[in-house]
Amino acid sequence: MADPGIGWWGVPLAVAAGAVRAGTPFLFVSIGELLTEKSGRINLGLEGTLVMGAMSGYGTAYLTGSPWLGVLVAGVTGSILGALHAGLCSLPRVNDIAVGIALMLFGTGLAFYLGKPLIQPQAPTLPAIALGAWSHVAAVRDALRINALFIVGAALAPAILWALRSTRWGMILRIAGDSADAARAMGYSVDLVRLAATVAGGFLAGVGGSFLSLYYPGSWSEGLSSGQGITAVALVIFARWSPMNCFYASLLFGGAGALGPALQSVGITSGYYLFNAAPYFLTLFILILTSSSERRLVGAPSELSITR
Amino acid sequence: MAEEIAAELTSARAARPATMVPRAGRSGRWGPAAEAVFIPVGALLVSLMLFGGFVMFARVNPLDVYHYMVVGSVGSWFSFQNTLTRAAPLILTALCTALPAQTGLMIIGGEGAFVVGGLAAIAAGLPLVSIMPPLAVDLVMAAVGMGVGALWITLAGALRHWRGVNETISTLLLTYIGIAVLNHMVEGPMRDPASLNKPSSYALPDADMIGAIPGTDVHWGLVYGVVFCLVAYVLMFHTTFGFSARMVGGNPRAARLAGLPVGRILLIVTALGGAAAGLAGMTEIAAVQGRASATLAAGYGFTGILVAFIARQNPLAVIPVALLFGGIGASGGLLQRRLELPDASVLVLQGIIFVAILASETLFGRFRIFRREEG
Repeated sequence: MADPGIGWWGVPLAVAAGAVRAGTPFLFVSIGELLTEKSGRINLGLEGTLVMGAMSGYGTAYLTGSPWLGVLVAGVTGSILGALHAGLCSLPRVNDIAVGIALMLFGTGLAFYLGKPLIQPQAPTLPAIALGAWSHVAAVRDALRINALFIVGAALAPAILWALRSTRWGMILRIAGDSADAARAMGYSVDLVRLAATVAGGFLAGVGGSFLSLYYPGSWSEGLSSGQGITAVALVIFARWSPMNCFYASLLFGGAGALGPALQSVGITSGYYLFNAAPYFLTLFILILTSSSERRLVGAPSELSITR
Repeated sequence: MAEEIAAELTSARAARPATMVPRAGRSGRWGPAAEAVFIPVGALLVSLMLFGGFVMFARVNPLDVYHYMVVGSVGSWFSFQNTLTRAAPLILTALCTALPAQTGLMIIGGEGAFVVGGLAAIAAGLPLVSIMPPLAVDLVMAAVGMGVGALWITLAGALRHWRGVNETISTLLLTYIGIAVLNHMVEGPMRDPASLNKPSSYALPDADMIGAIPGTDVHWGLVYGVVFCLVAYVLMFHTTFGFSARMVGGNPRAARLAGLPVGRILLIVTALGGAAAGLAGMTEIAAVQGRASATLAAGYGFTGILVAFIARQNPLAVIPVALLFGGIGASGGLLQRRLELPDASVLVLQGIIFVAILASETLFGRFRIFRREEG
């Protein structure tokens, strides 16, 4: 609800706040997916990883009283699922897309199963930094309460960009993603590189999930994720496999999701779901504009099955 | 260039269903077929054992679980009908992946076609109930559901062919667009104001619902699914069109060089796949739920993708695989009531089975027993 004092200004403010708040899980999951895809494999199972991360993070925070330990456990849980995906996909003739969908169902199922006792209790949530303490308008103060995880994520994007561009590890990762043969010729195990990338990606997706349960909305329920893990796959394509674009696109996708409720608060109630779908429309539109049957997508790792 | 062709061949091979090459020799003809049965069944048994270990953490005896799974899926006429009813939508949504897979397309948008097919069917059917006899209403609904589902997936096929847009990604995006359209319609333009807690469309009158197959409680969707599978099988494996379609899947470049109308073939198979999923959505509305609401997107489309993969994209094998997962779903209620396992335990079991059977794909060709003796 926007403060009566700021009226229509509440809409852009709420969208900006929503972009940061709802964009944070997108940011982590999409950077995780980016790492995996850069190594030449797609993990469609990050939705399951996200939900498992949310559940395990919440459970840990509830049992130990430490939300940050929850974030760590969520990441580790995500890594385990990532390792499972990478391990299965390294077997010959096993299809990465099918395994991803299977792990998506498995991860959500397992999280619902194990999370049953966590629906009632309230776990401690992650702290937020009140950057808006100077303002006397409640809406401004709300909007400027920035969660620490967002800052971590925002720092992660340029860090990953630098690592991919300028470090040996980043180069090996990109080689595995662009030409498995070249990586093999240089003496690197493509399967190991992809394992590492998928485990790291799973870790980030798990952390993204813990943001959902430990900060916003800040509780565990079976309807917690509204498909952020799957959206992240679209987001990475939308972002052209660039970490900085992932950051901007996460804010955009988060903001698009916040537009519906923000408009609702000033009386526009219809079209809520269509705003939610805006990122998908946008991604499809951009795909149609930029794809060509003659060449690959710009920036796409050549080994990736979905860009062929 | 050579690399590109090689890459194309590998990707085509990955997406293509396993071709069963008859081999001469001792285990000759039955070898590959036996392999295609024994390996997934072995993986199924392994996953049941894993699940047994899993429930032991909840202090539940695995033998009880297996017992109630059998009782709950095939133990009585009632539970068997439950199994059949649950299998019906899976058969149709699996075809949405399996048919295009014959041409090398990986479609994962069955859920979207299911949802928009069901939504369009009821949108078309509701205004007609007062002016047309029920049978005509159902026929119109089925035609609209199939047509809209077909358009939905054909769009992905067309984008793939003419714009090079990857069909896996476009169908995934279309799925979420479809679900958003569903939510928008049932909470906005199509909403029945009387549905307060669970926004939904107006209900289809009972007289216009598709009834049950005579003598059973199983709705006609099962028959539609089985017929669709049989037709798809004959079309794909016993007609010139099917041969051309599989040739496109095997080697698109060779198919183009042979003068096959690749674009038209892609459009037809994607249309057929989408029509199957749209029909599933229509039957879900007209035989089960009676009205459109958010619960229409219950995940049948996603499960269907995995059913298709486990059936190795063969339209006939889709039927038993869908029955298996229908049976697991049907036994969930009993597991919940008798053993006090959470309802999500069925999801866990399905997940384990999917992962295990998909991983078992790698075992094909590793066992000598299924092969001709060397030398």
